[in-house]
Amino acid sequence: MIREPDSHVKLRIENLILSFGGVNALSDVSLDVREHEILAVIGPNGAGKTALLNCISGFYKPQQGEIYFDGQRTTRMRPDKLAELGIARTFQNIELYTGLSTQDNIMAARHALMKQNFITGSLYFGWAQKEEIEHRQTVEEIIDFLEIAPIRKKVVGLLPYGMRKRVELARALALEPKVLLLDEPMAGMNLEEKEDIARFIIDLFEGQGATYPNTPVLRDGIRCIILVEHDMGVVMDLADRIAVLDFGRKIAEGTPAEISTNPEVISAYLGKEE
Amino acid sequence: MPGTFQESYAQDMAIFRTPLQWGMLGLFLIVLFTCPLFCSDRILTIMTMIGIAIISVHGLNILTGYCGQISIGHVGFMAVGAYISAILTAKLGWPFWVALPCSGLAAGMAGLIFGLPSLKIKGFYLIMATIAAHFIIIWVVLHLRSLTGGADGLTVPKPKIGSLVFMSKASYFYLVMVIACLATFLAVNIGRSRVGRAFVAIRDNDLAAEVMGVNLWSYKLQAFFIGCVYAGVAGSLLVHYYGFASVDQFPFMDSVWYLGMLIVGGMGSTTGAILGAVALKLLDELVTVVGPVLSAAVAAQAAASLALITRGLILMLFLIFEPRGLAHRWGMIKAYYRLWPFSHEESE
Repeated sequence: MIREPDSHVKLRIENLILSFGGVNALSDVSLDVREHEILAVIGPNGAGKTALLNCISGFYKPQQGEIYFDGQRTTRMRPDKLAELGIARTFQNIELYTGLSTQDNIMAARHALMKQNFITGSLYFGWAQKEEIEHRQTVEEIIDFLEIAPIRKKVVGLLPYGMRKRVELARALALEPKVLLLDEPMAGMNLEEKEDIARFIIDLFEGQGATYPNTPVLRDGIRCIILVEHDMGVVMDLADRIAVLDFGRKIAEGTPAEISTNPEVISAYLGKEE
Repeated sequence: MPGTFQESYAQDMAIFRTPLQWGMLGLFLIVLFTCPLFCSDRILTIMTMIGIAIISVHGLNILTGYCGQISIGHVGFMAVGAYISAILTAKLGWPFWVALPCSGLAAGMAGLIFGLPSLKIKGFYLIMATIAAHFIIIWVVLHLRSLTGGADGLTVPKPKIGSLVFMSKASYFYLVMVIACLATFLAVNIGRSRVGRAFVAIRDNDLAAEVMGVNLWSYKLQAFFIGCVYAGVAGSLLVHYYGFASVDQFPFMDSVWYLGMLIVGGMGSTTGAILGAVALKLLDELVTVVGPVLSAAVAAQAAASLALITRGLILMLFLIFEPRGLAHRWGMIKAYYRLWPFSHEESE
């Protein structure tokens, strides 16, 4: 895939240090994520990939370093504030609202975009109802895009693994994010499911234009996606750039072609020859 | 394929979607509000008490059932509402209609204060904090003698509109039922709108909820506020019914039983809150009927604790055999009716 990389930096990570007691999860990681690119973060288990995502989405507060989103400093902001700014994510281990239906899970993610409070909500008719219907329309478009209409009313706790992963992606989309963080979206999936998700990621990145004219997130696409994934085939095909972490350090960054021939990356993955 | 088909999202999101459902609601309301015509005072008293319990359990359902913040101090917040209402009407001479919303707000404020620990602690530890809330509230009531009358209690006037005083059982029945219906309406709508979904999100996965844009701090406190407003209103109705406010009306064990009602009915369901309150209150009545018979036949001591034993037993059986409560059973009956003659939904 050949795309003209826009030089505009969407997310800037500067000298991030995150440690738990004596363990350095991230040591001095700097990374720029540009507008209009899919950036893959790879590395062996325990390299700090998820820790990095957790810092970006506000889960972890790094001890040192800064994160800028669209030029705004977002280090140590509350996760819900970051969600409002337009950073959405999925989780490695599915973290859905197990007691709600698929549709309600996605509706719940519209939270930050809705305005009703418990007074207008409790009266419901009129204002709140109008808002519910408007947002339901967007939710239905996302359901349509991800092809999960058959499970719309099913409680997500009872869904099979692959479907739950997809509902989680739908929930992240419902936030209408500017940056999407995907933490191993294909872990534990079979080939067919992986292909589905890969297609969704590409479609999402490119935007669907006139297919979904009323839903900005699907129409214009999400122009900045950070993908953590172990499947090298997927990563090489999807990513515009790849950053490699090992023991909390960034050891390489570059295009898939550069990364696949980088000796340091190969030694981190395969071990050094004695 | 049997079933009702919706053509708009408004229809799909409606609670009552078929003429039959509307008809059943109408019939239920007609029967409910004509009860005083054919029911004895004793039955009206029972129904009034059930109505008050329903209002209170709705509050607990929002706090515990939806938001997952388990509270065993609910009766304490009822006491706040009760005493605020009692003080405002008896000491300051305010009309009941002003005192009632004030009692709700005051209990809500108390809920906000005692809900603060929920921002830092969860589960078992939060339960301990809510138990403490109950005892702190009762302690304050007992020691503010000049306002609350302490252990002697307070005499409370009956509500009145103009010359109409809500003295008779029937009139108070109407008062409680109108408020209970309104409370149910509001609770249902909270459950199905933005705030309700945020509550359930916090209950099911608070970390994900925060990442998806729910401000945990604000919404946990809102759950405490709303839940305790319900408790306060219920408490106010309770003391105005008795015409007397005393701490004995708010024993700690009732908090446990309100939670029990929610478990029997089904947590996180407005229907469940109603079914649970009705079921446990009727069980109590059954025990008071059976008790004397039993005490004559077997042992007086056993009969005295019969209420506790049966309640405890019922609660235990529900936890084992129907942890999702009567509401779940009710849902299954409705699904059976909807799908008949098929046994399950067609899978796609």
